[in-house]
Amino acid sequence: MDEFSAAASLAFTLLAKADPTLVDIVLRSLRVSLSALAIAGSIGLLLAALLTVTRFTGRTLLIIGINAAMGLPPVVVGLAVYLLLSRAGPLGDWGLLFSPTAMVIAQVVLLTPLICGLARQTLEDAWREYGELFASLGLNHFRALCTLLVETRYSLLTTLLAGFGRAISEVGAVLIVGGNIAHVTRVMTTTIAMETSRGNLALALALGFILILLALIINAGVFITREIAQRQGG
Amino acid sequence: MRIRPLVLVGMLCSLLQTAHAEDPYITLSSTTSTQASGFFDYYLPLVKAATGIEVRVVAVGSGQALKLGEQGDADVLLVHDKPGELAFVAAGHGHDRREVMYNDFILVGPASDPAKVSRGKDVVQALKTIADNAAPFASRADDSGTHRTELRLWALAGVNAQAASGTWYKELGAGMGETLNTAAGLESYTLSDRATWLGFGNRGTLRVLLEGDPKLFNQYSLILVSKDRHPHVKAEAAQRFVDYMTSAAGQAAIAAFKLGGESPFKANYSASVTNGSD
Amino acid sequence: MARESILPLRCEGLSFRVGDLTLLQEVSFTLGQTGVTAVLGPNGAGKTLLLKLCHGLLAPSAGHLQWRYRPADLRMRQAMVFQKPILLRRSVAANIEYVLRVRGMSRAESDARTHEMLRLTGLAEFAARPARALSGGEQQRLALARAWATAPDVLFLDEPGANLDPAAARAVEELICTIAASGTKVVLATHDLAQARRTAQDVLFLHRGRLRAAGAATDFFASPPDETAAAFLRGELYW
Repeated sequence: MDEFSAAASLAFTLLAKADPTLVDIVLRSLRVSLSALAIAGSIGLLLAALLTVTRFTGRTLLIIGINAAMGLPPVVVGLAVYLLLSRAGPLGDWGLLFSPTAMVIAQVVLLTPLICGLARQTLEDAWREYGELFASLGLNHFRALCTLLVETRYSLLTTLLAGFGRAISEVGAVLIVGGNIAHVTRVMTTTIAMETSRGNLALALALGFILILLALIINAGVFITREIAQRQGG
Repeated sequence: MRIRPLVLVGMLCSLLQTAHAEDPYITLSSTTSTQASGFFDYYLPLVKAATGIEVRVVAVGSGQALKLGEQGDADVLLVHDKPGELAFVAAGHGHDRREVMYNDFILVGPASDPAKVSRGKDVVQALKTIADNAAPFASRADDSGTHRTELRLWALAGVNAQAASGTWYKELGAGMGETLNTAAGLESYTLSDRATWLGFGNRGTLRVLLEGDPKLFNQYSLILVSKDRHPHVKAEAAQRFVDYMTSAAGQAAIAAFKLGGESPFKANYSASVTNGSD
Repeated sequence: MARESILPLRCEGLSFRVGDLTLLQEVSFTLGQTGVTAVLGPNGAGKTLLLKLCHGLLAPSAGHLQWRYRPADLRMRQAMVFQKPILLRRSVAANIEYVLRVRGMSRAESDARTHEMLRLTGLAEFAARPARALSGGEQQRLALARAWATAPDVLFLDEPGANLDPAAARAVEELICTIAASGTKVVLATHDLAQARRTAQDVLFLHRGRLRAAGAATDFFASPPDETAAAFLRGELYW
């Protein structure tokens, strides 16, 4: 298990000297995944809220579809987005293939069903719990939903974290639509895949450690924020 | 605590705009071998300094690289599959094919060399021996230039290796590096390009067992993607890139690239050797 | 109170059916403007259902409700506290502020009113605590304070003493009397006879979805109108 100790010390060295290539890749990973999270979070939560309060034909079918899509294979999504954005594809004129935007689009497709599916379950459970109170208070749906979003904020935050986790750790889709272009679309996961293919296993593993560390820091940050907020009356 | 979607979307838009406001760039579709060896990390800054052009490399197998060109998703290709390249140009997808550099394929395998291929100099004979011994062989099986070369060599050896797929012949469907990782793990023979091998850090017991057979010659060529087919192609910048790579300075820079004390690529552009439709 | 009460409420022939099941059958009564009316009956008699019909959370299958008049904000003139209080995941004070803000009260007004409510219900020291961290009795009191804060004409309470220890139940009862004394009509569904005796002036007695007795509490307890009521008072009527 030489690789592990070598990788650990390599990870430490890279971090200690704030290796500019590493910083560039980490920042891009964060930028792409957080952008995707912001968009998918907005769409997913909105859709989940609508599904919670509305009843229409095909709603059950839509929910089943969304729940099934929570586990969309990234490679398939990557391929589909690639075919859409390719110059020969329907959206080829946008010239977005092999750009960070393409990566964001692919991740939005991956994240939206995940966030929507989890959030809908949370909101619907809460709706069942609070429904009579809202009716008793004479709230309209919009007001009730706003309250519901605030009431379930911690569960929804966990949902968003799950989405972020999926985004930052995903390689199949971003590799296909991003192309792993140095300084343009190269992110943590595509670098790890590339270094593995170069046989630089220690470096690849070191980058993996840093990715895990990053996820750990973000989750710890959210956890602490949440604890403080909860102590102040949540 | 609550998300403000509009603000975030706004931030994203500004972010994307900055991404687009960068210097002019071209997209080069190339092979995993050139990327894995670190060649582009060395060469592209030189291109940028000489021409001002930022070259963005998408490294895939030669088959997929040609496909990217066909779809118009790249401006210029650097690939190594002559039959595929000629078909590409003949179909009108590209033009001005120029042979710019070469290296060679090598047959690597475990140091124990169960099929004793290191005794010979003939790669076709070596493959026959491997098949006869049913010695494990890892194939890229990804329609890359290396894979296509490997298939041609099997055909020359008169062996239907794919019929043995799943037994001693293992079709991985993977890039060169991944295939070398697997070959190292399984102690298999495999065909590799020299550049990837020189840059490869996880060799395990793998050694170069056979090299130098003229059939292992590996020519890389540049092809410009047709602007007639794909009007958005950055033909002018791509042309300047090709011109640099085939210039005396560009060729000298290729030759100067060193990896593990060796030169993985040898520059061999000659103005007389072109196959194109322009 | 400057505005006119929406009471009295006249209910005529209220029935509620689910499929073949009749849960409430032709219930008619009138709710006066003040005091505490206890809706009595064993479990499953239809007490909660009757409250929800009156409050408008459910629509009757037959019959109708006639308020003295119907303002546009009819629902907001009423309030209801459910058997298991539904408290928001925020502080005690914020729970009360929430309903006041929803009613369009300014922040300054709602702050003052919240403060007053917490004082009246003995919850002032818990103002900053998370509401859901309170004890059962405190939660029930907070739910009452929150419902009372909007000064409703009528307040529907569903089993407010259930699952509370005697001291906590007594505190809730005292609060109910205070609320009634402030001019808010209280309609109290309960199976707890002692609680009804201590708080109610009027009684509606339900059994198996039918209204078996309606009238002054003292009369009901002194001379139950029929054998079912008598059995209930003796503690011999289970459902």
